[in-house]
Amino acid sequence: MSLRLTIVSQIERVAREQRKTIAPLADDLPLLDSGLDSLCFAILVARLEDEVGVNPFSASPEAGFPITFGEFVKFYENAVA
Amino acid sequence: MPSPEPVALIDLARRGDKAARDLATADGALRFSDFATATALGGAREKLAGRSVLLLAGDSLKTAAALIELDGVARRLVLCPPDLRDNLIGEVAAIAEADAVVHGGEEPPGLDGAIAAHCRLPLQPAPTTPLPRLATEWLLLTSGTTGVPKLVSHDLATLTGAFAGGPSGEIQNWATFYDIRRYGGLQILLRAVAGFGSLTLTSAGEPIDDFIDRAIARSVTHISGTPSHWRRVLMSRAAARFKPAYVRLSGEIADAAILGALKDLFPQARIAHAYASTEAGVGFEVNDGEPGFPASYLGERDNGVAMKIEDGSLRIRSPRAARRYIGRNMPDLRDKDGFIDTGDMIERRGERCYFVGRRGGVINVGGAKVHPEEVEAVINRQAGVRMSLVKARRNPIASALVVADVVLESAAPREEAIREAILAACRAELAPYKAPAIIRFVPNLAMTPAGKLARDG
Repeated sequence: MSLRLTIVSQIERVAREQRKTIAPLADDLPLLDSGLDSLCFAILVARLEDEVGVNPFSASPEAGFPITFGEFVKFYENAVA
Repeated sequence: MPSPEPVALIDLARRGDKAARDLATADGALRFSDFATATALGGAREKLAGRSVLLLAGDSLKTAAALIELDGVARRLVLCPPDLRDNLIGEVAAIAEADAVVHGGEEPPGLDGAIAAHCRLPLQPAPTTPLPRLATEWLLLTSGTTGVPKLVSHDLATLTGAFAGGPSGEIQNWATFYDIRRYGGLQILLRAVAGFGSLTLTSAGEPIDDFIDRAIARSVTHISGTPSHWRRVLMSRAAARFKPAYVRLSGEIADAAILGALKDLFPQARIAHAYASTEAGVGFEVNDGEPGFPASYLGERDNGVAMKIEDGSLRIRSPRAARRYIGRNMPDLRDKDGFIDTGDMIERRGERCYFVGRRGGVINVGGAKVHPEEVEAVINRQAGVRMSLVKARRNPIASALVVADVVLESAAPREEAIREAILAACRAELAPYKAPAIIRFVPNLAMTPAGKLARDG
């Protein structure tokens, strides 16, 4: 599975568990408008760390925080690369 | 008026001599009546009179022998738990002003100015010399995980206060999973000695089935352990053959799941959970089979114990509490009204009070507090779950998340179904941030030397 698909499937799973309705995950979708709250993001980051083995949020504080969904995917792609 | 001569442990051990009362591990036994004419201390009892004695006797039997022979004789008895690290012995000895060591035969630690006495079994015949009676101070170590443990001062009166006035003559044959060198186990040793019965103890490394089989063979009627101990019993084969009359839980929160499981396993038994700590002593016992305790326990009770909840934690004022901490620069044990802060957090729901966890044990999820134990209580209630450990996992977004390690019963349904059931129950009963973000299924969970679920930090 591509990293993007892994992220999408984890977002859908967290949203389902937390009973959140999420917006279509387009690259320019601001994360704050995605329908996920900060608890959802915290869970997502922990699950992705287990699944893909990286946590770019703690690994590279200088990398700049992703604002959109596309940047979020890129953030992980850069960390894995 | 001169104060009456203090009662000593040897007086209790000599009661009910007609029954063959003893204390047994898998390695040997000690008959209480033999102390009238024999000793484990060679000729050293007289030398130890009036001293502050560090007990490093090596095992439970030798420790019990030394306690029986030296209570009322020594000035202080310092109960060193088996996991006390060698590099802390000197500090404990200094705080206790120890001037004697009782050892089990290994090289005794070299302590400045202290005499050494070898405790050996079996007991050897010896004339008993009457010695002046003292009210011996018993020093127990708190079970901190790091650093120098605190030394807490008790005596036979505070230690037996919870049961000394009880019905006499009833034979209680006790067993315990606890080590007698800690408060919980010492309580059971003293109950057995004062209760006209015998005591069955585990040996280091003894399989649980073997211990239960020995308890059955020795007609054990009363048995005590932590909820973690009992969860292991539920996994043992021998448990189904065991028919105790009284089953006691203490040392950790007894939740509905473990109380219900023990009621099913031992339908004939009275299942009680007790609240006690090394500092506050035995606070109370709950006999209705439900978790928590009735709110009517708060306030002054006619047994001399008073309890209140302040800043969320249970406070106890009790004649069974420790007298004080020993050592320089130690905090006061009590507040100005005589209450001890247990640090155990309570939530009152209607007419019942529930333990929700330790004050220091909270997980901080983005500023919201979670007690691991409240989440474990929900998880442990789900079918197929044997036990669980809820802990914090560091997280860059929420500072920490709640995660759970879960041990399943052997005949449990498949993992995915249980995961769904756990999450559904947590969401129904707890705030969203309290539900575990990640659930791992593990084959077992570690226990501390004190028999409690090992929690990090």
